[in-house]
Amino acid sequence: MEVKNKDLWVFIETDEEGKARNVGLELLAPGRKLAAAQGGELVGVVIGSRVDEAVKPAAARGADRIIAVDGPEFRRYTTDAYTDAFYILVEKYGPTAVLIGATCVGRDMGPRLSCRLKTGLIADCTALDIDEASGNVAWTRPAFGGNLMATILCSDHRPQIGTVRPGVFKKPEAVTGRSVEVIREDIHVSAERIRTELLEDIKEAGGALVDLEGAEIIVSGGRGLGGPEGFAPVRELADALGATVGASRAAVDAGWIPHSHQVGQTGKTVAPKVYIACGISGAIQHLAGMSGSDVIIAINKDPDAPIFSVADYGVVGNLNEVLPILTAEIKKRKA
Amino acid sequence: MNILVCVKQVPDTTEIKIDPVTNTLIRSGVPSIVNPFDAYALEIAARIKDVNPDSKIVVLSMGPEQAKAALKECLAVGGNKAYLVSDRVFGGSDTLATSYILSRAIARVEELEGKFDIIFCGKQAIDGDTAQVGPEIAEHLDYPQVTCAVEAVVEENRVRVKQEAEEGFHMIGVKMPCVITVTKPSFEPRYPSVKTKMAANRADIPTLTSADFTIDLTRVGLKGSPTKVVKSFTPPCKSCGVKIQEESDEASALQLCRMLSGAHII
Repeated sequence: MEVKNKDLWVFIETDEEGKARNVGLELLAPGRKLAAAQGGELVGVVIGSRVDEAVKPAAARGADRIIAVDGPEFRRYTTDAYTDAFYILVEKYGPTAVLIGATCVGRDMGPRLSCRLKTGLIADCTALDIDEASGNVAWTRPAFGGNLMATILCSDHRPQIGTVRPGVFKKPEAVTGRSVEVIREDIHVSAERIRTELLEDIKEAGGALVDLEGAEIIVSGGRGLGGPEGFAPVRELADALGATVGASRAAVDAGWIPHSHQVGQTGKTVAPKVYIACGISGAIQHLAGMSGSDVIIAINKDPDAPIFSVADYGVVGNLNEVLPILTAEIKKRKA
Repeated sequence: MNILVCVKQVPDTTEIKIDPVTNTLIRSGVPSIVNPFDAYALEIAARIKDVNPDSKIVVLSMGPEQAKAALKECLAVGGNKAYLVSDRVFGGSDTLATSYILSRAIARVEELEGKFDIIFCGKQAIDGDTAQVGPEIAEHLDYPQVTCAVEAVVEENRVRVKQEAEEGFHMIGVKMPCVITVTKPSFEPRYPSVKTKMAANRADIPTLTSADFTIDLTRVGLKGSPTKVVKSFTPPCKSCGVKIQEESDEASALQLCRMLSGAHII
């Protein structure tokens, strides 16, 4: 692709109701820094139907310009329609770099887009900087289940594209009344081009969705809970804190709680403000999924459990004693 | 059904330990395994074959000669035929180069085994964790894709795929030929029997090199890869944590509350 400017693009992903997901808005923060360093503008890209719901927060949180593609075929994400539209935009405007949230959608579309553009893609980044020597984006990402960090450059191909893990950056403050140019691109994708069809939405049994990635506080349970009934005090603590319940692979494999609650390498990667690990020993695969949390609290009866090596606060003790007291104290403080 | 499953041999990351003194990965003595997500992909393919017994499952891997051990494991649990793509010039390839090589190798394997209706890949490999090679293969071949599948059932002229999504699951219908990447399903892969294991050990696994198929060598290996690793390091350990172990669990719990409250965490 021919680079036509020094602009940096952020994909403002929308959810099933057309609202901007947090991750796109979060990426406006590092996007601002990278755009300034490259001497370009920060552009938000919204694809959807009734896009205004997503254009407004992107404008308020710092985009210099918004490019919007609006059409009924974009109401729900499909690989084919979104890749086609994004590809046309990149070819037309020629940005120098593109940031995409490392969500289910971002990690589905990102590789299609980069491959069509014959450029590189750096997956699931957790830090973004500028390489002093070359002025390129320096993308840092974990590999080997978080045991190794790698910094990667895409020097000779454009645009530079990366997917970035949700929850790593904080959304810029919303400023009302910013005047932001919104360019509406008239792009349509024919029905024949779209080779997948959404047949059915399946929500979690019991109706409650498990939004681990968006949670501010997560209380997780592991093998140390001893059985499915061990999740009762975990749920009580989570309720008291307004938290989401997570689990280690051991608890999921034992059938104590569904896989949708699993945190770690074969589950979800999370970065909440507070992560409370109850009876989780801290296998490397689990640490890979939660070590980016702001504050980690671990409760375990084994003083040598590896979870304590990443914990800010570690309590060595019996869960059945510690959790109810903690829950009662929190309720008292909130009352 | 003619099905291809792409697999990668990876170090078993559950066996990787950190050297507490140097804070680096200890890689020696780490066993190699079939990437777990690829094993799930093979199981989903094998379940399609259970229902449609005239199906064929071909397994394809790229890597050094030792990766044939992984292919043999696959032949013991449902694979009918395996091919290894191996050539020194492919070393150092990033995901774009790797997916390009695999897409060219797939074209060659199709000459020998017939067109594939479905190409399965694991969602990601547990060493690189990129989740990019599957979708990039789909793009090179211009096939539709469904990522993060936990079930796949073949219907009249499409595959019905249950996809893990941000909010619950989606049931997606996808036209064939297609690429499907697989995440952890609610079941475990089947075990081999003594008989299937012995047959797999005897199997002949052809090696395909760059001379065996049409490929632009400027697009492979370290030189043909747009992304380059410039630095790698082990993440710093968090060593400033506080450990609380009072005389009783109650005292520990109350101490934790005081500290969290003092730090404005609760």
